[in-house]
Amino acid sequence: MEQESELFECGHRACGGCGPALAARLILKGTGPNTIVVASTGCMEVFSTPYPETAWGVPWIHSLFENAAAVASGIESSLKKQGRDEHVVCICGDGATFDIGVLCISGAFERGHDITYICYDNEAYMNTGIQRSGATPYDANTTTTPAGKCSTGNPRPKKDLPAILAAHGASYVATASMAYPNDLIRKVQRAVNTPGSNYIQVHAPCCTGWGFDGSQTIKVGRLAVETGLWVNYEMADGEVEHVRKVANRKPVEEYLEAQKRFRHLFRPQRNEEEIAKIQAIADHNAMAFGVDRK
Amino acid sequence: MMEILEGSHAVAEAVKRCRPQVIAAYPITPQTHIVEALASMVADCELDADYICVESEFSALSACLGASAAGSRVYSATTSQGLALMFEVCFNVAGMRQPIVMTIANRAMGAPLNIWNDQQDSISLRDAGWMQFYAEDNQEASDLHYIAYKVAEDHDVLLPAMVCFDGFILTHTYEPVDIPTQEEIDAFLPPYNPVNILDAKNPMSLGMYATPDYYMEFRYEIEEAMKRSRKIFAEVGAEFGETFGRDYSGMVEGYRLDDADTAFVAMGSICGTVKDAIDEMREDGKKVGLLKIRSFRPFPSEEVKASLAGVSKVAVLDKNISLGQKGAVALEVKDALYGTGTEVLDYIIALGGRDVRKRDVRAVADLAEKGIGDRFYGLRTEVL
Ligand SMILES: Cc1ncc(C[n+]2csc(CCOP(=O)(O)OP(=O)(O)O)c2C)c(N)n1
Ligand code: SF4
Repeated sequence: MEQESELFECGHRACGGCGPALAARLILKGTGPNTIVVASTGCMEVFSTPYPETAWGVPWIHSLFENAAAVASGIESSLKKQGRDEHVVCICGDGATFDIGVLCISGAFERGHDITYICYDNEAYMNTGIQRSGATPYDANTTTTPAGKCSTGNPRPKKDLPAILAAHGASYVATASMAYPNDLIRKVQRAVNTPGSNYIQVHAPCCTGWGFDGSQTIKVGRLAVETGLWVNYEMADGEVEHVRKVANRKPVEEYLEAQKRFRHLFRPQRNEEEIAKIQAIADHNAMAFGVDRK
Repeated sequence: MMEILEGSHAVAEAVKRCRPQVIAAYPITPQTHIVEALASMVADCELDADYICVESEFSALSACLGASAAGSRVYSATTSQGLALMFEVCFNVAGMRQPIVMTIANRAMGAPLNIWNDQQDSISLRDAGWMQFYAEDNQEASDLHYIAYKVAEDHDVLLPAMVCFDGFILTHTYEPVDIPTQEEIDAFLPPYNPVNILDAKNPMSLGMYATPDYYMEFRYEIEEAMKRSRKIFAEVGAEFGETFGRDYSGMVEGYRLDDADTAFVAMGSICGTVKDAIDEMREDGKKVGLLKIRSFRPFPSEEVKASLAGVSKVAVLDKNISLGQKGAVALEVKDALYGTGTEVLDYIIALGGRDVRKRDVRAVADLAEKGIGDRFYGLRTEVL
């Protein structure tokens, strides 16, 4: 990859090893400088724009937790009226995307605004202290779904937002991981160059919220893919295409054991039943998307 | 040109002449006719705007914010529950200093559900950093839009503005209204010239987060801009008067106040009824007058104090109530008159669309004369 100056600069205040910060840097490599970024309230907004400093080398606007897609709709409309052609790209957390912002996203996608909405999925609300979102995986320990005497953590599986947005008639939907940089950059390039409303969900491990050492971010990100708990795929016009295949899929334990948010499944004793349920989720993903390389 | 127009259409015609480039709105009674009229103008290519059919008022104002931040002149309209749904965004628009103009077709807040007029909706957003102008009739309602854009977009102001007019009483009433030509308005209101915008050629961050080290200074600057807007309003209102013959240089307007003992204070369409009642009472030898408040934010405290200097009693007609205290206008007037010794009596009146007639205004005058105030006027005690 050609070395260019960074559009997402060093000097932000993210934790060392922050998956979302890396995702932001890669996303902007894909969008290029002719881009306006719309952000939602969350960890990234806070670590990247403490007034009077900013880490963003492209125009950037934050309004609220839940309205990025609506603000982006207005920006796109305004640019169109002025005959301008910048890419309009939302970069928002999973809480903003899966939960509180769904109304605005649904509206923007149904109207077919020419925008790319990218969710950096760190699988919980990190800004407010690790509470569950609709993207939090089954059995994860969060401060609002704590594991306890009669709880094994988050009781619900991840909401399938890519499918929901594909059903809105999105031109292009993709999942990606910051652990696979070239794949992520290519998907962002494709999205911003595809007319209409496009969605990318980027798996972005959060060392603080998930409980692993900041040096392990890429490894944890890769384990999610290698176990089948995260699938990297693309959808065009509602059809799945280009799934990242995995040879010799690893058991989910390898991913779970690497993170404190799943520690209750192993200590004080192994919870075979719950680990089996999570393995079943991975197996189902592998079946549904044809992940296994035969 | 004079035309007989429904209030909503008079406003839509004015908005069209302001040439908004992006409109985002969501229908709600009694605002609907305004946005329908604008949608038809766009559909007929009479108005070169992008009309975004959003899925909620929350998204309507959010889209306006984005469009404005990207450098376009934008417009929206709403009322009541719709305005309440915009609450969060209203603060953001003002905080980001976007000169958005929005029409409020004033309506009561639920529960109970009520589609009729009072001014509780916009009053409840008085602290959001928007200028708030109130119209007495449809001529004023439409004229205030030209003025609102010009004041809001002034580089010494850069604040959003609500143009408020009473739902149904004005929105659905046909009156003769003079609508200037497009050329006349083009000469009065130049194209939007934004200051800080989202532009890839000159990247900047908007709406960042600010620590205790900086937050207060942002609020201070909004307050200072509000203060500066008084002078700009007077200038723009006077310029409008010179050009079109209708003077809006005053944030307040007195009616038969010069020798009055008792003065009414009111906002919006009720002022017309009050003026007629005053004429009757004057014939009976009562020295009464009216001070109409045209701008509630910024509040023209000095003008109020000066205008009411000669009166001994003030009767405020509040079409709202700050529950647990008094009507909002009365509180402002009391503050303006603090230390003058003038008695300020408050009457909560006409909530949820209850009719006000001249005899009600006369009855309030009688109560004020006896010093009986600070109460709901016209309560149906038999249903309590
Ligand atoms: C209307 C509203 N409700 C709640 C909040 C508090 N809040 C701010 S950020 C946030 C969570 C953000 O989570 P996410 O979108 O996943 O981003 P992350 O912090 O994980 O990067 C919450 C709950 C808010 N800002 N606005
Ligand atoms: S808490 Fe998580 S998302 Fe937030 S800066 Fe730290 S690692 Fe990044």
